[in-house]
This record gives sequence, C-alpha cells and structure tokens, in this order.
Amino acid sequence: MSGALLLVEALNGLQLGVLLFLIAAGLTLVFGVLDLVNLAHGTQYMLGAYLAVTFAAWTGSFALGLVLATVGALAIGAVLERLVLGRLLARSHLDQVLATYGLILLLEEGAKTIWGAAPLSLPVPALLSGTVSLTAELTYPVYRLFLLGAGLAVAVLLWALIEHTRSGVRLRAGASDATMLDALGVNTRLLFAWVLAFGAMLAGFAGAMAAPLVSVEPSMGGSVLILAFVVIVLGGTGSVRGAFIGALLVGLTDTFGRFVLAELLRAGLGSSASRQAGPALSSMLIYLLMAGVLAFRPQGLLPASGRT
Amino acid sequence: MLSRVFGVVLAMCLLAASAVAQAPSDKLKVGIIVTLSGPGAVLGQQARDGFLLALKNRGGKLGGREVDVVVADDELKPDVAVTRVKKLLESDKVDFVVGPIFSNVLGAIFKPVTESGTMLISPNAGASVFAGKACSPDFFVTSYENNQVHAVLGKVAQDKGYKRAFLMAPNYQAGKDAVAGFKSMFKGEIVEEDFVPLTQLDFQADLARIAAAKPDVIFAFMPGGLGIALVKQFRQSGLAEKIPFLSAFTVDESTLPAEQDAALGLFGGSTWAPDMANAANKIFVDGYLAAYHTVPGSYAMQGYDAAQAIDAALRHTGGSVADKDKLRAAMRLADFASPRGAFRFNNNGYPVQDFYLVKAAKRPDGLYETQIVQKVFTDYADSFAKECPLH
Amino acid sequence: MGLRDGRPLIRRALIVVALAALVLSPLAARGFANQYLLSLATTATIFALAAVSLQLIVGQAGLVSFGHAAFLGIGAYAPLILGAAGLDDALVSLPVAMLAAGGFALATGVVALRTRGVTFIMITLAFAQMAYFVAGALAAFGGDDGAPLDRPLLMRTGVLPNHIAFHAIAVALLVGAVLLLRGLAAAPFGRALAAARQSEARAIGCGIDVTRARLIAYTIAGAVGGLAGWLLGVHSEFVSPAFMDWRNSGELLVMVILGGAATPEGAALGAVGFILIEEVSSGITEHWRLIVGPAIVLFVLLRRRRIFA
Repeated sequence: MSGALLLVEALNGLQLGVLLFLIAAGLTLVFGVLDLVNLAHGTQYMLGAYLAVTFAAWTGSFALGLVLATVGALAIGAVLERLVLGRLLARSHLDQVLATYGLILLLEEGAKTIWGAAPLSLPVPALLSGTVSLTAELTYPVYRLFLLGAGLAVAVLLWALIEHTRSGVRLRAGASDATMLDALGVNTRLLFAWVLAFGAMLAGFAGAMAAPLVSVEPSMGGSVLILAFVVIVLGGTGSVRGAFIGALLVGLTDTFGRFVLAELLRAGLGSSASRQAGPALSSMLIYLLMAGVLAFRPQGLLPASGRT
Repeated sequence: MLSRVFGVVLAMCLLAASAVAQAPSDKLKVGIIVTLSGPGAVLGQQARDGFLLALKNRGGKLGGREVDVVVADDELKPDVAVTRVKKLLESDKVDFVVGPIFSNVLGAIFKPVTESGTMLISPNAGASVFAGKACSPDFFVTSYENNQVHAVLGKVAQDKGYKRAFLMAPNYQAGKDAVAGFKSMFKGEIVEEDFVPLTQLDFQADLARIAAAKPDVIFAFMPGGLGIALVKQFRQSGLAEKIPFLSAFTVDESTLPAEQDAALGLFGGSTWAPDMANAANKIFVDGYLAAYHTVPGSYAMQGYDAAQAIDAALRHTGGSVADKDKLRAAMRLADFASPRGAFRFNNNGYPVQDFYLVKAAKRPDGLYETQIVQKVFTDYADSFAKECPLH
Repeated sequence: MGLRDGRPLIRRALIVVALAALVLSPLAARGFANQYLLSLATTATIFALAAVSLQLIVGQAGLVSFGHAAFLGIGAYAPLILGAAGLDDALVSLPVAMLAAGGFALATGVVALRTRGVTFIMITLAFAQMAYFVAGALAAFGGDDGAPLDRPLLMRTGVLPNHIAFHAIAVALLVGAVLLLRGLAAAPFGRALAAARQSEARAIGCGIDVTRARLIAYTIAGAVGGLAGWLLGVHSEFVSPAFMDWRNSGELLVMVILGGAATPEGAALGAVGFILIEEVSSGITEHWRLIVGPAIVLFVLLRRRRIFA
C-alpha cells in the first residue's frame, strides 16, 4: 500500500463525492423542503448526459455542449414540474412513488427511442485531456481534477445562494416549516417550482460532467439514484450541507473504503477467500455506513435546523 | 374508475384474443428471445437485426418456407425470460427459439425449451455447463464456448513472451470464467486478479494499481458500459502507450462507437472481424451497413448465422420440422457459408472454428471496427465436448 | 386510498372478475389450447401474494418498504440450498422458506423500525441490497447467474410438478393470505397498526406498543413474502439473485399502490393488473413503456385527491 495509491484513492473518492453531491443536492431539497419523493431524479442525470453528447456533437465544442445541456436540463425540470411534479406536492408519498415510477418508464424508454440503446460517448475536450504528475510516479487525469474543481465551485455557489440570499433564507425556512412560510405570505408555490427545476438542472449538469468518463445509456440513472438517496438520508433530508458531507463520505467509502477493505482482507484471509467474500462486503460498505450512522443519529448527520 | 374497469376488461379481451392458439399454417415460426432493454440492449438488437437481415436476404424464407418471427425481450431477468419463453413455446407455438444473449438467461430457459422438444439456438450465450454432461441434442450455439475467447488472449500473451500479467474482470460468473480461460493458456506470473463490481464507473484506482505494478501486459474482460468506461479512462491515464492491452468483449463493435479513438490499437479476441475477406462476409457486412447504418459486431454475425443454420437444416429436411432426429442431423451438418469462414458443429452443438487476435481500428468512412491481426487457433473445439455423451 | 373510497360495487366486481379469471385459467388454457395462459395466471397469482404481503407493511402499518424483494429472494433460495443438502421435499423447504424470510424480517425489522419516513425506506433498501450481494457471492449456487431448480415433490407425491395442481395451491394460498390479512386488520392488532399509522404519538399515548405491533407485522409480511418467493422459484424452475434486485422491490410497491394500498385484495388486484398490462402492452410494441409510463402518471394525477397523507 503506497502513499501514492492512497492519494489516488482519496482523490477518486472526493471526485465521486462531488458528483454525488451535485445529484443529491437537488434531491435533498426536493425531499426535505417539498416532501416529494422523486424517483425520476436519476433520469435527470441521464438526460443531462445525453444532452451534453448531442449538443457537443452539434456545436463541436465541449464547453458549449455543457452549457446547453445544463440549460436543457433546467428546461426539462421546469416542464416536468409544471406537468407532473408540481401536482404531486399535495399527494401522499405512495402516489408520488407511483407517478415518478411512471415517469422513469417514460423518460428511459424515450431516451432509448431517441438516441438508441447503444451506449454513447463524449470525448474529453483537448484542453482538459492528458494527465498531471502528482508525485514522481503517479499521474492523475486533468479532467477529473476539473470535475472536482467544478463540483466544489458549484457547492460554494450553492452555499452562498442558500446562506446569503433572500431566496436562500426562504428555502431554509421552508425546510423547517413550509406551512409557516406560506402563512407569512411567501409565494411558496413559485419557490418550490424553482427548487424542483433547479435541482433537476444540477443533476443534469452532473450527468453532462460525467459523460466523458462513463458510458451514456438510458439506464445509467438507476444506480446513481440509489446512491443519491443514501447520501441524503446520511446527511439529513432537506440539508444541503448534510448532502455535501454525506456525498463526500459515500464517495470516499465507495472508493477508498473498498480499497482498504480489499487490502485488509487480502492480508488477513489470503487471496481466494478474500475474493469470495470481498466483493460482496465492499459493495455493502456504503449501506453499512448508512445503517451505522442511522443507528446513532436517525435524523442524519447535519439535519436541516428545526428537524431534530 | 370507470376507465379502470374498461381498461381491465379491454386487457382481458386482448389477452383472450392473443390466447387463441394460432391456426396451424404453413409458415415457419421462429421466436427470438434476447435482451432488448437495459444495459445489454445493443447486443440483443444486433443479434435480432443480424437474424432479420439473413431472413431478408432469403426473401423472408428459411428452407423455402415463409417465416413468422416473434421477438421477445428477456430484460436480462431470468424469471422474466422464463415467462416470455413459455409464451413463445405455448402461445405462439414456435418451431425454433433463437437466443439468448446472456448466460444467466440461458440457464433459466434451457430446460423449458429443450424439454418441450423445440430446438434452441444461441447466438451468443455459450455457457460451459451445457457443453459437457448437460448437453442436449436440441441445443446449438453459433457463437463459441465462453472460455474459448479468453484462452485466445492467454495464448497470445504466452506466445509473445510476456512474463507478468495484470487481469481485470467484473466480479460475476462470466468474469471468473474469463480469468480462468486466460490462465489456462498463460503460464507466466499473474501480478493481480482485479475483480471489479459490476456497477463500477471509476477505474482510477485500478489504473493506479496497474501503474504501480508495471505488468508486461493487461488482460481485461469488461463488457458493455464497463468496457467503455475502462477504455476511456485507460487512454486518459496515458498507460495505453506504455502497456499492451489484450481484451475480450471490451473493444468490439458494440462498444467502439462510444470508445472511438480511445480504443484504437487495443486488442481483442474473436472468431471474426468485419474486414475478413470472403464472399459470405462481404454480403453480410455490406447488407448490415446498408440496412442499419452501423458496423455489425460478432453478435449480429452470430444472429445471422443462426438464421443460416436454420435455413440449411430445413433445406435438408425439405422444410419439415416434424421428424426431430432428421432435423437434428440436418442442423449438425452446418451446411452454410458463415461470414467467419470455416465453421462446423461439434458433438455437443457448440462450434468448432478458428479464433483470431483482432485490433480496434478506424475505417475510411469514419466508423470504427475490429480488424484481423493474426490467427491464433485453427479448428478450436471447446474442452467440455468430450464429456458430452452425444456423438 | 385507491379503491376504498366510493363505488365499492365496482371494486367488488373487479375483484370477483380477477379471482374468477385466476381460478378458471386452467380451463381457459385447455379451451384455447394454450398452456401459456395457465403459466401467466400462476405468475400473476404469485405476485398477487407478494403484493398482499407487502400491503401489510405499506397499507396497514403505513410504512413504505423498498426492500421487499429480499424476502421473495430468500424464500426462493431455500429449496435450492436445502436441495443441495438432500432435503428437497416441499414439506421441508416451504416452511423453512417462510421461517428464513420471516427471520430476516425480524432481525432487520428490529433495526429498521427505529427509523421513520424516507430513512425507513432507505434502511429497508439497504438490507435488501445486502441480501442481494450475499446471494450473488454464493458461488456454489451459481453466484450472479443463479441456478435451475427442479420442481419438488410434496410428501413424495408429484402434486407440485402438475401445473394445474400447483396453480390451485397458489390460488388457495393467495385467498388464504387475503383472508388472514383482512382478519388481522379487523382484529385489535390491525387496529393498533391503523392507529399508529394515523398518529404515532396518539397511539403511544393510548398505551399501544407501536414498535412491537409493527415488528410483528413486518415479520409476518416477511414470512408471507418468503412463501411467495418459494412459489416463484418453483414456478420459474430457476433461482437467481436478480429476484432481490431493488427494481423488483420498486415494482412490488407499484403493484400495491396501483391496486390500492388500503386493502389486501386491492393490492392483489394491483399485482394482477400490473402483470396483465405489461403482458398485453409488451406484445403490442417493443416501446410499451412509452405508453404505460404516461398512463401510470395520468392514473395517479386523475385519481381522487387524498385528504390526508
């Protein structure tokens, strides 16, 4: 176990965490403030990736593709809010689960029909391709550092938005007590519509950023959705700060944790036994983490104020 | 409320209508069951499209008989596959079942199909379990036995004199078979056997371990989205220029459109490549490009051969499927020209064919394909055939 | 919610029609010379049983569980594992399936029921995922690929391999489960659950041991889910970790909500309807999800608005 490898694992974990944060931020606000279970959130991520591929191909520019994809994700989020999600706000969780499940069917099949089932790709832009030397023998891809940086920048922006603007104050108030906020005369309906669209945009942006790294296909939102839910539960629903910490923890556990576990098992049990038990255990790590945290703090690590 | 009643009644009527067994007709019925949704969908689409192309080339007839094709999606779920295949057998009353793509689905549908006396032709799944003791006279494979392709790369690594190999595969049965297949031919040092989770998106850590271990060669079995992610990240890490990359099902026509330039120069193992120079291949590749505007992969070629195999068998039986023994014997003859060249069935229904080292390349028209580098095995039969009691 | 409010007559009619269809399907299969109808009816019956077991948690206890498929998977693996040990009679494997699934429910329920709301949803999902990964690691039983399963004998008789007899048993079990759950709902136990569902604080204030009631419900639901899983494995003659995939848990939830989570027979109807819809529409077009997806959304949006959550 070399220091260089540990550093790489840590960077990967942070980078995955930042990506998860972008997806989970919207979800936690939507669930925490609006009390809306949106299973279709993962498809927003998927659509962002597809839009990035398409726009980048049309314009020939990665940057333009990214921007247009983000705008497109916002638009889709707004449309879904108007047509479906906005109407689900007053419904029970069960109704929301059913309706957003229907949305998943529609959006995934729609993506498959429009773009085909074959996985698509977005090439890393020339400016960001290549690697950077972290240590004498260790290189790390530039694009991933870019992703890490961009994600952190968005996190800071979000924090500024929530902590230091009036809309942010209203949002935090809504997370604590939505009825009171409404009674105070704030147009909660409009505020909540913005939250939904904005959350969708963040997820789409995450998808666009991830597109050069992974394969873009209609079902890519599924596994990401599960991770995002783990993050928001871990961090505390309704809390963006919680989502940030939770995302980093999940990202680090899923990469760094796996690595450490594999090394420990190999050292302790020997090669073949560790290969039997190892993968199952390492896949379970994030769930064990979640269960462990919830056992002591069922409301999450950094719950939105007023919710303990 | 009322709409729901209406909906249920309508559904039941439709179901009843479809339930009425098809009146016996002169048409041959073929059921295709492949994965058409989810991550593996492109493979199922290729196999289906290859089959339909062969059918089209014969004017919609196999063995002189008009054909009705029923396509079913197994959704990569074994229990769904069982239901769908039962429908093909009992409701549509198909004469042949062509499918599936994935080995776990094969495990689920093998018994229902063969026990009903219907012939099962797999255009991709070649699990070893049905090549040996559990073989069936009604089961034929137009692809290969799973371990064979991996053995090709093991032999290449061995012959090229590589001493230290780093192995990567997803952590499921096929992945373990891949590693075993490679090791059956490669006798050098295995630096590491890296089994990754099936849902892994991020190979950074694995690449860092490779960089640290400095192997002579990498062997990877990373199908579908895994392969795309790995290849892209491998290229971005700069390791592609330093360490030779041997792979199975990682750089093929289903993943190349997404991997694009990142895959150029990486190696794979296969029984065929689109650039093979024989007449049957030209008809196949040109026809596929014209009809579907993508370069066919081996999945499409194998689906195409499944149709050819049925056609050849029926020509020998005069179009009849009534005499089972006659049909089986006719199938065994494999009297058709495969785009891959030499092809025949072994006693267990699995093919005996040549295997090649192939390389990812860019075509003049801008699309990507694999190209033959060298032949590795001639008339390679799988190692389980001798355990099969059939002759 | 769902079918409970208003027009009980239509609701009863639908249930009678569905039940009749299930019971008469062997005749229909013979009449239309199409055995597939029977196979489909049995599948629908099994999923209806699974949905009924989930209804106990979701509808009666008011907890949204996203890990129910784990119980089915455990029930399905029981005959496979016991078979390897030579114990392949159904008389042994069926009770073991229920005990194992119920045991898993009890053990995980103790932890899960300390949480509420979306946290509960995620904990149940987490436990199901763990079961899924463990099943995939069982190399002796096919690992990720799963393994085939021979239809077991019941007390040395060939009852179960007979498709009609198997179907009859499944239908009987379904009806029994529905009656059991209806009885539970009307009994003090069910009333306690309902009270806790409406207001936990008030229920506790009345002296009801909410956690104990929910734990019992969760365990029973797990056991019946295991029964459904046993039936599913035997009917498919194949068992794989895919049974426990979280997407299956989601589908079960959808079935329950579709038919109405308020009553067990509603959940059963939802399951039958869901399977029927998927069956018919997938036969019409490969892109059936493009039609069924919006249909489900419309179905929810046009439904009567609920007054309470």
